[in-house]
Amino acid sequence: MIWALILLPALAGGGAFFIKSDRPGRALLLATAAVHFGLTAACWRLPRPIVAASGWLAADALSLLFLSIASGLFLAVALYSMFYLGPSRKAPINDYLEGFTFENRPDAVFIGCLLLFLASMSTVTLSRHLGVLWVAVEATTLASAPLIYHHRHHRSLEAAWKYLLICSVGISLALLGNFFLAVATSSGSGQEMSLTMPVLLAHATEFSPEWLKAAFLLMLVGYGTKMGLAPMHTWLPDAHSEAPSPVSALLSGALLNCAFLAILRMQTVLDAAGLGQFGRTRLIFFGLLSMGWAAMLLISQTEYKRMLAYSSVEHVGVMAVGVGIGGVAAAGAMLQALNHSLAKAALFLVAGNILAVYRSKDVKDVRGILAVMPATGALWLAGILAVTGSPPFGLFVSELLVLKGAVAAGRWWVAGAFLAALVLAFVSMAWVALKMAFGRPQAEPALPHRSADLFLSVLVPAILVGCVLVLGLWVAGPVWTLVTEAAAAVGGGQ
Amino acid sequence: MHSPYDLLVIVLVFLNFRLLGASQLDTCVTTVALQALVIGILSLFRTGLSWSWMPAMVVLVTLVKAVALPGLVRRAMRETGVVQEIEPFVGYTLSLLLGTGMLVLCFLVMRPLRVPHAGADQLLVPVTLFTMLTGLFLIVARRKAITQVLGFLTMENSIYLFGVAFAIQESWLVQAGVLLDVFAAVFVMGIMIHHINREFDNIDTDQLSSLRD
Repeated sequence: MIWALILLPALAGGGAFFIKSDRPGRALLLATAAVHFGLTAACWRLPRPIVAASGWLAADALSLLFLSIASGLFLAVALYSMFYLGPSRKAPINDYLEGFTFENRPDAVFIGCLLLFLASMSTVTLSRHLGVLWVAVEATTLASAPLIYHHRHHRSLEAAWKYLLICSVGISLALLGNFFLAVATSSGSGQEMSLTMPVLLAHATEFSPEWLKAAFLLMLVGYGTKMGLAPMHTWLPDAHSEAPSPVSALLSGALLNCAFLAILRMQTVLDAAGLGQFGRTRLIFFGLLSMGWAAMLLISQTEYKRMLAYSSVEHVGVMAVGVGIGGVAAAGAMLQALNHSLAKAALFLVAGNILAVYRSKDVKDVRGILAVMPATGALWLAGILAVTGSPPFGLFVSELLVLKGAVAAGRWWVAGAFLAALVLAFVSMAWVALKMAFGRPQAEPALPHRSADLFLSVLVPAILVGCVLVLGLWVAGPVWTLVTEAAAAVGGGQ
Repeated sequence: MHSPYDLLVIVLVFLNFRLLGASQLDTCVTTVALQALVIGILSLFRTGLSWSWMPAMVVLVTLVKAVALPGLVRRAMRETGVVQEIEPFVGYTLSLLLGTGMLVLCFLVMRPLRVPHAGADQLLVPVTLFTMLTGLFLIVARRKAITQVLGFLTMENSIYLFGVAFAIQESWLVQAGVLLDVFAAVFVMGIMIHHINREFDNIDTDQLSSLRD
């Protein structure tokens, strides 16, 4: 089962590079996504943890939560890609900003890289050996960099180069962190231990505290780069705004969580060693910094895809703060990961629709979406409301849980700063979104010959937003069990 | 007697200075390859020949880092027909001075760090850090995309060196995975450099500046 979750997309991805015609390639993408999702769903029914490869791979509550997010989003994105890779995308495209024409990379490369991306993300979520985890996180970078450069022009190239370089260098630090951890394990017995989670958790008290702390810091900075924590987030807005919209959705919804998972694993080791507070303080610091930083940059944002990207920086901040506080806030953080992924992926897909019609990422050029594309416009508004944490959407619940945790722990400063950043983000995003949704379309945008709302392009984000709405009203039993179990693993649930 | 061993560590320090002061790309590539080779020899010193697969792994890693990866970089240079001159943001003399400062700093920082067991090498740890800083410096202070790749390789070398210093014996599977990742990273970077060259007619990264807030 575990092996199938990794090997299936890996093999399909390898094969997809050689399929030159359109239909079989897309069918392969969709079929693999569906089977992967089915397998993930089947894992829910099995008793946890499901162990494979002599303990190196396993699905515990944390893995299963993040794996389900990645797998579900991938299925949504695969469906949406059927629309996105439509025949009209083949012709040279006129760049809206500078007026040159560019082409996309071949579909085969796009589909192959997408599937390899899924395989590497599955490996991240399922690996219980920190060395394997590192290898898998670096693999996600390599598989997704060509995706960011799908549109062949100089801005996407710049974004992909920055992404590749900053993340690779950042993750090198995490590798050094792994080595520090290995040194820490050898302090008690003089013998290094295997870096699998059960071994680490069982022996954590024997480790050298200094080296363990240093290892945590290196991993926090290293994986934090990938996760988009400020001030290491600089690659994120560029990559998210220049990548094709389905890829942005995956990067924001699934990839950031995977990097977060790596940090969470290390935090559990710190907890087991009795140094949990050290890690939590740092998580709160970087979390609040990210939220504040993102909120400031949201105010003056003129591109709507960049706005969504900065909102992602803000939300990973929320997750980091939630885990940092612990208790009920940790459950909030886990729920937040789920909600944010669904909502943000939906928004990026809707942004893809808007971009396809208006041919501009500039907020100024986009007016009156509701008039031009009623369904897309409605989804845009709903998505923005959801992602800014308004009731009755799921993010309201999860952010409230984090806030409640902060207040319950008596951390008034954290709660205050948290709330201030959220309000600031809400005001600036809602203002921009309202301007875009209402108002008169300027001088008839280069409107398409086809009808503006296409079935698939609306259906997929509608389902995602619907899920966030349902999660806001009622968290189903098994989901809540999984979330609390995952939160308990990272020090929640007291 | 440690003398040949210590000599190699000092050679590493000199190689870092050569990286900081070199004005030709070819020199830098050769230096990074030499660095990997020296680290390989050092790690053979440390591991000895006790485990059957360890020396084989060391040889494999060294071959990839000293031959294959520089080969990839050279291929990217050939294909893009890049000018050899490095064009630094920070001049060579200043780079060397800063390098000296970094080296002193590394020794100062690392002195109080308690090494948990006797197997570790006290001299090697600051040199590891110095190599890492050199790599970062190359990424930040040089203009061409190729030098950024070389900086990344230097960082990878330094991390491997850290493993050597503490005689960390990761399982061969993880080592192979890391090696594969680094190889793939340099491969993808090489392809991108090719595209950057085609798009901008050169590979200066200061042209990659249209995305900002």
